[in-house]
Amino acid sequence: MKPFTYERATSPAAAAAAVAAKPGAKFVAGGTNLLDLMKLQIEAPTHLVDVNRLGLDTIEATPDGGLRVGALVRNTALAADPRVRRDYGVLSRALLSGASGQLRNKATTAGNLLQRTRCPYFYDTNQACNKRKPGSGCAALGGYSRALAVIGTSKDCIATHPSDMAVAMRALDATVETVDGSGRTRTIPIADFHRLPGSTPWIETALTPGEMITAVTLPAPVRGTHIYRKVRDRASYAFATISIAAILPESGTPRFAFGGLAHKPWRVAAAETKADGGAKAIAAAALAGATPTSQNAYKIPLVERTLAAVLAEGRAA
Amino acid sequence: MTDTNGFSLTRRGALVSGAAAASTTALPLDAQPLPAETPAATVPVSFTVNGKKRTLDLDPRVTLLDALREHLHLTGSKKGCDHGQCGACTVMVEGKRINSCLTLAVMHDGDEITTIEGLGKPGDLHPMQAAFVKHDGYQCGYCTPGQIMAAVAMLQEVKDGVPSYVSPDLTAAGRIDAQEVRERMSGNICRCAAYSNIVAAIADVAGAEDVA
Repeated sequence: MKPFTYERATSPAAAAAAVAAKPGAKFVAGGTNLLDLMKLQIEAPTHLVDVNRLGLDTIEATPDGGLRVGALVRNTALAADPRVRRDYGVLSRALLSGASGQLRNKATTAGNLLQRTRCPYFYDTNQACNKRKPGSGCAALGGYSRALAVIGTSKDCIATHPSDMAVAMRALDATVETVDGSGRTRTIPIADFHRLPGSTPWIETALTPGEMITAVTLPAPVRGTHIYRKVRDRASYAFATISIAAILPESGTPRFAFGGLAHKPWRVAAAETKADGGAKAIAAAALAGATPTSQNAYKIPLVERTLAAVLAEGRAA
Repeated sequence: MTDTNGFSLTRRGALVSGAAAASTTALPLDAQPLPAETPAATVPVSFTVNGKKRTLDLDPRVTLLDALREHLHLTGSKKGCDHGQCGACTVMVEGKRINSCLTLAVMHDGDEITTIEGLGKPGDLHPMQAAFVKHDGYQCGYCTPGQIMAAVAMLQEVKDGVPSYVSPDLTAAGRIDAQEVRERMSGNICRCAAYSNIVAAIADVAGAEDVA
């Protein structure tokens, strides 16, 4: 690791101010992704602001029947919260499908949203990667792209967002709450939080420099069957090739969000209104405009088949 | 290096002094020593390890794993991948299992840490340690401390009602069977592949019936 200085923040606004004031400064929460990247010198912050003891680790009921999840709530604590298990099954299941027991005990709600891609060319510092080194090119194009994105890609980046939790939050229409260095707060709908790569793949979220996530709010629960189905190369402890977060209400429009397909959790309104047409119609609408590589074209039929399994599970529930 | 255990010479110390001795004779005349990287300012940190209060002054880059192994000479926790992929470094912090390689020691001021050395001792083994011996839950043994720490904490998670991805009903009380053990222990890799016996050892302690 490159040398850095370290401080323990005293409040969220002070933490945001500290990071905003120092170029090269970063927040550290669980650290499970950041430390991995720092050891590889993919990340080399000059200053770390520890935000672990700011009291942001509670889950509170909101007046409109939802839940406000503090930024520092660990993945295990969120997945195991009795209200989440009962009312937001898709979120609990998505969290539990990610990483390992040890990592979920440390990884946080905000950190999970902000984790970096696992694209092999991002991780290999000998390779071109616009995300790691803007302007260096994208070695994944024409490279080993089996696990990479099939839709919403650009000529500069075909990385995927690796989170399972964020896919469920996209299906739930969660809202991200932040504070910036001047103490100003704002809310960002999860749909607008993660960006597509375009020509600036190194800008991954709507956050401004120094802006810190303080909480994620879940709206009142959607009753019905909640399913998170993850397809991967081994049975556990692997990133998704594709995943589906589905909420199938007793009546009304179902919701489908997809992981492993794009630079952000992928959700298409037109696909949800086509649900009566079955898996084929939903998949066709969700993947309209997809530009897979020869190596990841298998994801297109895999989405349809996994949707068929999800719908069958919903009917059996 | 803080020498709190009274070791007069560590293996690493011996290697370093050996290398230094060799370099005085083998260094080519035109070779320049590499410029030393400016050391980062150290940060004081205090935590309790296996019931004993420990105070260290650390470069903030030191991971909890390196603090335990290199500064406190508790070498039971192993460094496998050093990237959170293998689980050999698993310890408990505040009763929860974590990868000690992916957290900075300075982030744990005031925390209660338990390593394999604090779980049991020869002649007074923790039931999980005894079960690993009984079921031969290892071959080379390198992953074993991490496996045992993860297993003990995992069974507590089940008691605390933490579900898993393979739990059929998220809201039901936790039960443990071989499938649950395999899913919940997937963060611990055993490259000797002693998995069958590891599952048997854990199931024995858990009192699980449905064990394949």
